[in-house]
Amino acid sequence: MRYILKKTAILILTMFLISGFTFLAFHIIPGDPAQLILGTSASPEQLEALRHQLGTDLPLYRQYIQWITGFLHGDFGTSIRYSMPVASLLQGHLAPTLILGAMVIAATLLLGIPLGILGAHKRDSLCGHILSLLDMIGISFPEFFLSILLMWIFGLILHLFTPGQYVDYGSDPAGFFRFMIFPAAAIAIPQTAILAKYVRTAVIEELGKDYVRTAKGKGSTMQGILYSHVLKNAIVSIVPLIGMMIGSIFSGSIIIEQVFGIPGVGRLLISSVSGRDFPLTETIVMYIALIIVLTNFAVDIVIQWIDPRIRLNG
Amino acid sequence: MTRKKKGTEELRIGAVLVGVIVLLAVIGTFWTPYGINEMSARDKLAAPSLLHLFGTDNMGRDVFSRAIVGGRFTLLVAVSTVAGCTAISLVLGLLAGYAGGIVDEVIMRIIDAVNSFPGILIALVIVSILPKGSYTIIPALCIMFVPSFTRIVRTGTLQYKNAGFVRSARVFGDSDLRILLIHIFPNIMPLLLSTIVVGLSNAILAESSMSYLGLGIQPPTPSWGRMLYEAQSYIFNAPWCALAPGFMIVLTIVGFNCLGEGLRKRYLT
Repeated sequence: MRYILKKTAILILTMFLISGFTFLAFHIIPGDPAQLILGTSASPEQLEALRHQLGTDLPLYRQYIQWITGFLHGDFGTSIRYSMPVASLLQGHLAPTLILGAMVIAATLLLGIPLGILGAHKRDSLCGHILSLLDMIGISFPEFFLSILLMWIFGLILHLFTPGQYVDYGSDPAGFFRFMIFPAAAIAIPQTAILAKYVRTAVIEELGKDYVRTAKGKGSTMQGILYSHVLKNAIVSIVPLIGMMIGSIFSGSIIIEQVFGIPGVGRLLISSVSGRDFPLTETIVMYIALIIVLTNFAVDIVIQWIDPRIRLNG
Repeated sequence: MTRKKKGTEELRIGAVLVGVIVLLAVIGTFWTPYGINEMSARDKLAAPSLLHLFGTDNMGRDVFSRAIVGGRFTLLVAVSTVAGCTAISLVLGLLAGYAGGIVDEVIMRIIDAVNSFPGILIALVIVSILPKGSYTIIPALCIMFVPSFTRIVRTGTLQYKNAGFVRSARVFGDSDLRILLIHIFPNIMPLLLSTIVVGLSNAILAESSMSYLGLGIQPPTPSWGRMLYEAQSYIFNAPWCALAPGFMIVLTIVGFNCLGEGLRKRYLT
């Protein structure tokens, strides 16, 4: 219980810092928004009136409180570029990103963990070679180059999908998934490589421990040891990595949506950055950071539930 | 029997790859086979040949010339980013590790909070709030790498803070600053060096992603990321336009990673 309380306190502090940074970044550094909206030709009276209307004449902490209360109530402001509420704009772009993320997570877990275990079990087999190839691609191929290659080979040469022509889920679910396999692969391949390598190292490390030798001495089979003892212990070091991967998957999604022309949150974010649409950028940034912090919090809780030693030491 | 020193293989491959890329970039500063913005209506989308080593793009510009000049900017951005980031992280990391207590707690909490944004998101935020310009990318990437660098410096500092030679220096009356600079800093150098080299490869990756998104170096100055973006629309007719900058990025990253891995194996194990 004390552990959960401590983690919750850190969670609240981190969220406060994140919102503080975001507020600082988008409300203080860019300068006076009234000036930005009205331009240099505005009279002092006009500026004063708009400042009052926007609330930027209030002291900083009042502005922050106003902003954060609005945010917590789902009022994210109005997009400058699209002149519509950020909330409804976001809603329209959420689905493709979430589905893409879910596909990537599923593929990564389903491939990465077995590949890692196999790699540890049969160190010098075909699987080991596949792993080292994956690993090299994962580390040194930028995601956007990988997606361009996938698009070229599978889209233009093999005609498995039409690059650049996003299929909406509502109009053609099968076509949608056929299209999404490729962007998902572009993010999942490097992530699978990282996860598999990590799992492999964790399992090999566990295999070298005393209890494995004892079990062998008692006559257990290698398979038995692997599944009943080693994996249980290795999972403790694997779960935190999955928390960290959520962040990389979001970063991947931001770039990949741009490459494949998927109308998701990532694409919205990039267009808001190039168009200097601060309210929109700010909301998306806060959203992603909060999701990541919450996932990591959940991971911490799950971990201490799996392995009580952490609770006692931390 | 003499045994090869650890990591020699990686260091050799890394040095060759990085050497070639850097050499090309240096040559590109003084001379390129064609002007980087020299267009030729006759040679649009020409396949690689002896005249145009990597072919030409949709405006008839020589891809090889653009690739080596693009590399120069990418390397320049990466080196400045990592230099700035190392300086900031050394101050923060040494301070947090050596002072401990409340100072450590405050610095690390802030670092953790920054770290909960994915790297590319930090870069996007900085690029969007700073005035537009080709070099906005440098502070953006710099801040993106500060958390991980600071953590590494701090860990290294903690490791030596209570070592015998540091305690005896303290007994002899050395000031804290002297202990940090003369006794602790040289010991974390090997760790820092391999971090810097791997950091360079990450910075190159990040720079090319940002310029792919159109948020890095602005055209008409070529950069690898932007060249890939432009080549994407005619990749079926002219794959060389995408493959040339793409594999330049890959080889540079492989080169720096090999160097980093070799350094780590030789000095840290």
